[in-house]
Amino acid sequence: MELSIEYYLILSAFMFIIGVIGVLIRRNAIVVFMSIELMLNSANLTMVAFSSYLGNSIGQLFVFFVMTVAAAEAAIGLAIIIAMFRNKKTLNIDEINILKW
Amino acid sequence: MSLQFILFILFGLISAASSVLMITRKDVVVSALFLVLNFAGLAGIYITLNAQFIAVVQVIVYAGAIMVLFLFVIMLLRPENEKKFLEANPSIKIFAVIIGAVIFFQLVYLIFFSSAHNPVNASVEASIKAGTIEEIGKQLYTNYILPFEAAGFLLLAATIGALVLAKKKF
Amino acid sequence: MMTEYIYLTVFLPLLGFLINGIFGTKIKNEKVIGIIGSSAVGLSFIIVVISFFQTLSLPEESRKQIVELFTWIQAGGLNVSIAYQVDQLSLIMALVVTGVGFIIHVYSIGYMHGDKSFWRFFAYLNLFIFAMMNLILADNFVLLFLGWEGVGLCSYLLIGFWYDRKFEKSTTSEAGKKAFVVNRIGDFGFLLGMFLIYLTFGSLNFTEVFARADAPGIPESTFTFIALFLFIGATGKSAQIPLYVWLPDAMAGPTPVSALIHAATMVTAGVYMVARCSIIFVSAPAILTVVAVVGVVTALFAATIGLVQNDIKKVLAYSTISQLGYMFLALGVGAFSAGIFHLMTHAFFKALLFLGAGSIIHAMHEEQNIQAYGGLKKYMPHTFITFLIASLAISGIPPLSGFFSKDEILWSSFANGNVLFWALGAFTALLTAFYMFRLVNLTFFGKERIAKDKHPHESPKVMTIPLMALAVLSVIGGLIGIPALFSGEGGNKFEHWLEPIFKNSELKLSHYQTYAHSTEITLMIVSVILAVTGILVARNIYLKNPSFADKMKNKFNGIYKILWNKYFIDEFYDWLIVTPIYRLSESVLWKITDAKLIDGTVNGLASIVNSISTRIRKFENGIAQFYALIMAVGIVIALFWIIFTL
Repeated sequence: MELSIEYYLILSAFMFIIGVIGVLIRRNAIVVFMSIELMLNSANLTMVAFSSYLGNSIGQLFVFFVMTVAAAEAAIGLAIIIAMFRNKKTLNIDEINILKW
Repeated sequence: MSLQFILFILFGLISAASSVLMITRKDVVVSALFLVLNFAGLAGIYITLNAQFIAVVQVIVYAGAIMVLFLFVIMLLRPENEKKFLEANPSIKIFAVIIGAVIFFQLVYLIFFSSAHNPVNASVEASIKAGTIEEIGKQLYTNYILPFEAAGFLLLAATIGALVLAKKKF
Repeated sequence: MMTEYIYLTVFLPLLGFLINGIFGTKIKNEKVIGIIGSSAVGLSFIIVVISFFQTLSLPEESRKQIVELFTWIQAGGLNVSIAYQVDQLSLIMALVVTGVGFIIHVYSIGYMHGDKSFWRFFAYLNLFIFAMMNLILADNFVLLFLGWEGVGLCSYLLIGFWYDRKFEKSTTSEAGKKAFVVNRIGDFGFLLGMFLIYLTFGSLNFTEVFARADAPGIPESTFTFIALFLFIGATGKSAQIPLYVWLPDAMAGPTPVSALIHAATMVTAGVYMVARCSIIFVSAPAILTVVAVVGVVTALFAATIGLVQNDIKKVLAYSTISQLGYMFLALGVGAFSAGIFHLMTHAFFKALLFLGAGSIIHAMHEEQNIQAYGGLKKYMPHTFITFLIASLAISGIPPLSGFFSKDEILWSSFANGNVLFWALGAFTALLTAFYMFRLVNLTFFGKERIAKDKHPHESPKVMTIPLMALAVLSVIGGLIGIPALFSGEGGNKFEHWLEPIFKNSELKLSHYQTYAHSTEITLMIVSVILAVTGILVARNIYLKNPSFADKMKNKFNGIYKILWNKYFIDEFYDWLIVTPIYRLSESVLWKITDAKLIDGTVNGLASIVNSISTRIRKFENGIAQFYALIMAVGIVIALFWIIFTL
């Protein structure tokens, strides 16, 4: 493997940051969820990179499970968004603030 | 200038650019499509890492199932487009970007300047062997059978939960 | 041995208090309440009498017995138990307290007849006896102080008994408060003395403290301070200068209260305490002199005020202060048994005087001004005879009890003190006879100045029989103290009985030259002549020539005004102490310290918490992204930490 691992890690970090910024900035709930998926993917990339460079398949195994969980979480999250939309008729996160002081 | 390097630059740029574009578009559908492109780029990167199984699963599960689910919901709900970027809470948004940048530079520093304990450069054959489906399957069904079954339960629970949450009437 | 049950004498009155106090309003029958109250004290008296005779049969060395009930305080080196000491001195005091107390209880059944709080009176009286018995029977300072404070409390309760009545310029409650507060000042001195005693001797038990005080090695200055503080306590309780101002005001209470508490028992607590701690006082000769000086000055001072008072109870109150001064004079010159002897005889005739005054007040329907009396002799013969006997006793006419006790004091002040003490004491005896017979003449003899609507009559038997009992005691009570030169061998029986108590103290006194018997007899005759002179002068003025009194009053109007206003001491204290403290409390302590500082701190704390929380709770605005932002900030901090510790 000619390429050192740092390249992959930098890319993964970059994608993670983009995901974080996306969660913090966007006001649409669905876009926030997509940013969360982006963050999960960056973690996947890190793990696959390490697995490849260490010659160990454990990392990829774990990615398998992460994907499973991400799928379940996406399903539930979108169901919640649908329920939320039915009540409030808006997907703007700023307006979903009943749990405040 | 090996093949790995060229492919990495190509797919890396695709992933990075599409992710940035995803969070900055106003239209939700456009954001979703850019995310799909991001996943595709990631699959390519997985190939350069000799992780064949994961690359395929990425395309099938993420790009094929999860994003389709997202697009279904978007089409069902028809959310209105967001307004301009810096209109609401400008101070918090700029602060968030700054925080993000700070975290990025911290991570970069850690990546380059932390000491590695294990040698992180295995041979190509080992890397290839680790990514084959036989190897993953062998580990999955012997050493990690319990998480495998648990993941099955998790999916069952998620299915039922999603059904219950999204129903119109009880 | 009955002495083992001496604690019953303390707890029987307490039981009476509880029964009358809790069930008093339910028991409608006055007789029953009166019987419960009186028999509690009466039974105590019987127990004391039996204990007295049993102790009499014991040899002299083993007459002191200590009956311990249980350990009260045990903290570090401090061991205080509820234990009662039965010895010669406490038996004498117990006899006086329970005996005179019983007589007064019976009298009160008649005096308080028809009062709406009849039960409360007897409950308080029994509580008082309980506290007083604790005081005299205690075997350590702490239990004595418990009784000391207890009698102060009962004094306050009983002075303000008729709480809805006016008294002079203020109310009876004010008089009770004054008594309590002035007593408290004395108690503070007593407490300081107790602290010093514990610090010096390491114990508060009488036996241990007095044994260690007798041993050498403790500097005289320590004794001086201890004795000084203890004496301050005594001046408060026994109404000496400067803390006597509460006693005249205490006349606001019912007359049996004045008789019991402010004549016979409570005010003698100070005398008892000084006598009990005699070893400490003789080890501080300077303070002993102070005691004598304060005693004789108070005696003279109070007698002069009593000359011009018109309220019958006020005259008797100042007379009490004066006689207490005599007792302290005796203690101060080292004649401890003489002081206790006078305490006993004074209890008899002063209680009789007060009870007689109560009888008169009752008959005259609450009129207390002697200028509105006159010629009562034919309406109230029993009261008259007993009152006359008591007045003769207090004036020191032989062979009544007062003669022997007062003469003993005068002789001791001449022999052990100096001539000046004797001279002042003798002059005060003259004044005593004078004002007592002024009182007798204006009340019982002469022209009737009674108002038309008052019909004086003799009091019922339940009141006159106690008077007669006390009269008998006033006559024969002195016979046990006949001085050595008359009673021959064995000496003064009373002094002999108390000798073991004061033996160690008397050894430490410096003795002056002894005098011949002829000197003693001469002085005795001189005091009798002075007494008779006083009686005759009073009779001349107030019976034969009443206008002479008015002429003297107008001629010496300035002096009359000073005496009538009690030397303006009350007003002086008010200006010096009471008003400044009151103003200080109001303007500084209340307005600034309490309202601004303390309330400000407490409220300020609350408002600080309020304002902080108002600001902090804005963090929880319900927007998930905001929380995520805060989490991101946390991550930044965590990563910085990792980087810097790498």
